Amino acid sequence: MAKSHIELTINGKKVEALVEPRTLLIHFLREQQNLTGAHIGCDTGHCGACTVEMDDMSVKSCMTFAVQANGANITTIEGMANPDGTLSALQEGFRMMHGLQCGFCTPGMILRAHRLLRENPAPTEDEIRNGIAGNLCRCTGYVNIVKAIQYAAAKINGTPFQEAAE
Amino acid sequence: MIPGRFDYHRPASVEDAVALLARLGEEANILAGGHSLIPLMKTRLASPEHLVDLSGIGNLKGISVQGDEVVIGAMTTQFELISSEELGRHVPIIAETSRLIADPQIRYKGTFGGNVANGDPGNDLPALMMCLGATYAVTGPDGSREIAARDFYQGAYFTALEHGEILTAVRIPIPSPDHGYAYEKLKRKVGDYATAAAAVVITMADGKCTSASIGLTNVSETPLWASDAAAMLVGTSLDKASVDAAVAAAEAITEPASDMRGPAEYRTKMAGVMMRRALERARSRAKG
Repeated sequence: MAKSHIELTINGKKVEALVEPRTLLIHFLREQQNLTGAHIGCDTGHCGACTVEMDDMSVKSCMTFAVQANGANITTIEGMANPDGTLSALQEGFRMMHGLQCGFCTPGMILRAHRLLRENPAPTEDEIRNGIAGNLCRCTGYVNIVKAIQYAAAKINGTPFQEAAE
Repeated sequence: MIPGRFDYHRPASVEDAVALLARLGEEANILAGGHSLIPLMKTRLASPEHLVDLSGIGNLKGISVQGDEVVIGAMTTQFELISSEELGRHVPIIAETSRLIADPQIRYKGTFGGNVANGDPGNDLPALMMCLGATYAVTGPDGSREIAARDFYQGAYFTALEHGEILTAVRIPIPSPDHGYAYEKLKRKVGDYATAAAAVVITMADGKCTSASIGLTNVSETPLWASDAAAMLVGTSLDKASVDAAVAAAEAITEPASDMRGPAEYRTKMAGVMMRRALERARSRAKG
């Protein structure tokens, strides 16, 4: 079974590699590229901990073969900080609003929220909750995750952040 | 979980894909979005020796209006079905249904063609395509042919598609601009298949139902087109007695399995409840 040659961009960097066709994107990122931010949670496509950005889509990298990412532009949590190394609005939001407890779901949550805010810069709470419906937090810290995304939206839009009523 | 080994092929045209499938034989599988196939491969319930990825074939994507039909390429994603302004204007029930498929990440990769063609009775779009009277265009080694959605589904994972044939596009007659529609789906949680679901499209004039079509999801080995139930509604004002009779006729054709979504009797009743709710919402949207 022949290996496939793939070329893609990961966090702004061109990458070339030989992969077995059966290599999943999450394994390629974690084991061949040492980008361990995206996590393997359920390994069945339900939990969203493996979510990465791929060509303007949020995808579950445990349900995608690396060969399917040939030519793609990929962003992982390692590429989410601002170019000067400071936290991006979403990362800052998760920090300020305590949007993480154990932190396992956080890279997937942030990557999914990143795409959500690109498509809908000022989402309602309901739109945020529907938008992150494919990401599970087993600490069940959804209230603060929603607040973190609202914080980031306000910061990006330059509007005042108003904490939703409990 | 790691899938078994396979060789990967990414043809650039439908002709190349058909030739590849003919050459590779039964051990080759089509890869579209992969969100049904890859989970099966990871658990080794499927171990194809070859995957033929259709994502490199540009003309399998897109939504266009051709005459009185909407034509949707098989590799159009569910996200694109939801985002298309043109599709939303002509056949809004497709976006309403697609929003209830799986979760946002899956819908970016999951394709229209994969959902209608893989024969999983849990998929939402097949019953809708039966309800809308869609036609599937397929291409195989012996050329192209068309199959009505209402004739396509033969059993669980068993369809009129022959091995080596590829679904290329779906043609959907545009309903009257005055039509009312609704897709109602009962599910236990986000990402779940339906316990039961119903697609309803109706037209009304002077308070009377002038046409009706009803599809049912995941309450049999195949999606169901409840044609007798729909015929019972035509000419009525959708009064309670008429709706009760139609719901009973629809429930009578269901044959759900008892599974973790509930016993068969419950799922049959839920199909009736979903149909009743969809009918109410469709009526509120119908002009006339």
